[in-house]
Amino acid sequence: MDLRDSADEAAFRQEVRDFIAQNLPDGSRVRGSRRFEDADREWSRKLGEAGYAGLTWPKEYGGAGAPYSHQGIFLEELARAEAPSHLGVIGLGMAGPTIMAWGSDEQKSRYLSKILTADEIWCQGFSEPGAGSDLAGVRTRIEDEGDHFLVNGQKVWSSFAHIADYCILVGLGLPDEPRYRNLTYVIADMHAPGVEVRPLVQITGHPEFNEIFFTDVQVPKENLLGEIGGGWQVAMTTLLHERGTLGFALAATLDVAVRKLVALASERGVSDPILRDRIACEWIELQALRYTNYRALTTLQKTGIPGPEGSISKLVWSENNQRLTKLALEILGSHAQLVNGGGGSDGYWQYQQLRSRGNTIEAGTSEILRNIVAERVLGLPRSR
Amino acid sequence: MDFSFSPEQEALRREARAFLEENPQPTMDQLAQLGWVGILKSDEFTFLDAAVLFEELGRVLYEGPFVLNEVAAQPGDDVWSIEVDGFVPHLGQVDRVLTPDMQGSTAAGQVLTTVDETLGLGRLSTNGSEPATGEWSDVRRRLLAALALESVGIGSRALELAIEYAKEREQFGRRIGAYQAISHSLVDGYVAVELARSLAYWAAFCVAEEDELADVASAAAKSQASEAAVLACEKSIQAHGGIGFTWEHPLHRYYKRALWLEGALGYGREHRARVAAYLLPS
Repeated sequence: MDLRDSADEAAFRQEVRDFIAQNLPDGSRVRGSRRFEDADREWSRKLGEAGYAGLTWPKEYGGAGAPYSHQGIFLEELARAEAPSHLGVIGLGMAGPTIMAWGSDEQKSRYLSKILTADEIWCQGFSEPGAGSDLAGVRTRIEDEGDHFLVNGQKVWSSFAHIADYCILVGLGLPDEPRYRNLTYVIADMHAPGVEVRPLVQITGHPEFNEIFFTDVQVPKENLLGEIGGGWQVAMTTLLHERGTLGFALAATLDVAVRKLVALASERGVSDPILRDRIACEWIELQALRYTNYRALTTLQKTGIPGPEGSISKLVWSENNQRLTKLALEILGSHAQLVNGGGGSDGYWQYQQLRSRGNTIEAGTSEILRNIVAERVLGLPRSR
Repeated sequence: MDFSFSPEQEALRREARAFLEENPQPTMDQLAQLGWVGILKSDEFTFLDAAVLFEELGRVLYEGPFVLNEVAAQPGDDVWSIEVDGFVPHLGQVDRVLTPDMQGSTAAGQVLTTVDETLGLGRLSTNGSEPATGEWSDVRRRLLAALALESVGIGSRALELAIEYAKEREQFGRRIGAYQAISHSLVDGYVAVELARSLAYWAAFCVAEEDELADVASAAAKSQASEAAVLACEKSIQAHGGIGFTWEHPLHRYYKRALWLEGALGYGREHRARVAAYLLPS
């Protein structure tokens, strides 16, 4: 056991720090909230050129083939610098790995490299108004019309859809087949006729997500991933990657939040022992999450399979972040209502607190995650 | 970065688990034969090796003075206990007692009746003492880490009992583990214990390496792990229903030990106050 960086890891960390210092203009650091700007595309391109985009992707697909620890270090340093993430997070973390696992050689050579360079941005078309946690209940039709698929339906909660070029889309391909054997998974061109994207304004007042409407959209047959009716298995690959690579990014953003919380408390000279106890709690919880990720990562590096500990990261992070942001508001006191009213209140915590309510819903609700841990980690009988 | 025990430490864990399943209450002589006594005084081993043993002894609710004797790490062959918050665990089973003023006293005094009947908690009578070896701050840090590790052992075992039970017990025609009211509660217990495990191993590493964060890490680990052990026991008792509330079932013994651990060397808030002082120096 050695929790310090190895010589190789320390060198890589320094390299990433230098890269960020040299390439990230101060003005483009993450602010409370915003849509994605052209500056992000430029930054993403630089990340791709430097080889940081697909760190753990195999070299044959243009990745760096680096160990998972490098990915962890990269995410930690990015968060510490409050740098924007690569615009292609859906492509890098979800679409790319799914295409690697299920795609044809043509699909791999057509799509993968442009994900790394951020030349093509991806979004995800999974959730629907009537199918949130119950993905198998999607209604969007992906009908086989012989020489193409015809897509009709509505998707929701799609980040990046307003700037995306492609969408990983799950819909009903074989409506007469039983659940889990009726889905089809395709790559949809977001610029095709009949695709309409509308911003979805959240509880925060910001349109970070989108709705996507598909009306008689034609998708070429060669855009199929897996089999017609085999979309469920393909979707599971996507979701596995969504949850699998998330832990480090989450702990890194929580690290930033805890630092800001401690800075706020220090600025305000918090002496109330109850507040101090709760601040200490958040710091301890952060260390617990960080070292739980390290344990899972070590297992992953040694066995190729993430340890069961990793499955709790998102569950824990989301609840920590909700608690922490509310604590910050409590420290702000009467200023917590002001979004730009001085008193050190620039709206950051107000936005973060409201945004945090989504954390226990997005990327698997806490209820679904508890089911997964209960069944797959604890081995308890299925609840359904 | 490598957050795993070495192959030798994993082998030690397997050996310890197998031995303790057969002999959950080994004598100090048996432990000495295994080569475990004095492990922290030996150059061959580090606190991480001892950590494996502390956790495994927690799992089987070991009742003897081994852990405190190791943490005291005094020269010679006497068996030592440590005065914790004014009382001495296992007073009747040891030769000498280490007190926070770093004096060694002959183990004599009154053994008291306690909630956890296995503690053998005693009040030291005033008799001759002489200076002991080492610094209390080091002993205290080792003790906090050891208590955290023991808590992890207690918490994981209590939770395993609940998981095994929830897989078998049927009510309303279904195994109760299928009900989310049960399964989600057990997941929360699992999450607490795993987070505590990460902190306890981190603290063990910091103590072994004399890391500058060793004080904060051991305070964080002890507060979180002992509270997680209590939580896991309470969730386990609830999941067991009536049987978990009986004297006959072993759970109450895990619970009582966890309750002692939670308060030993101070409840969580006292340790968190130290963490807060580190984060927000006044």
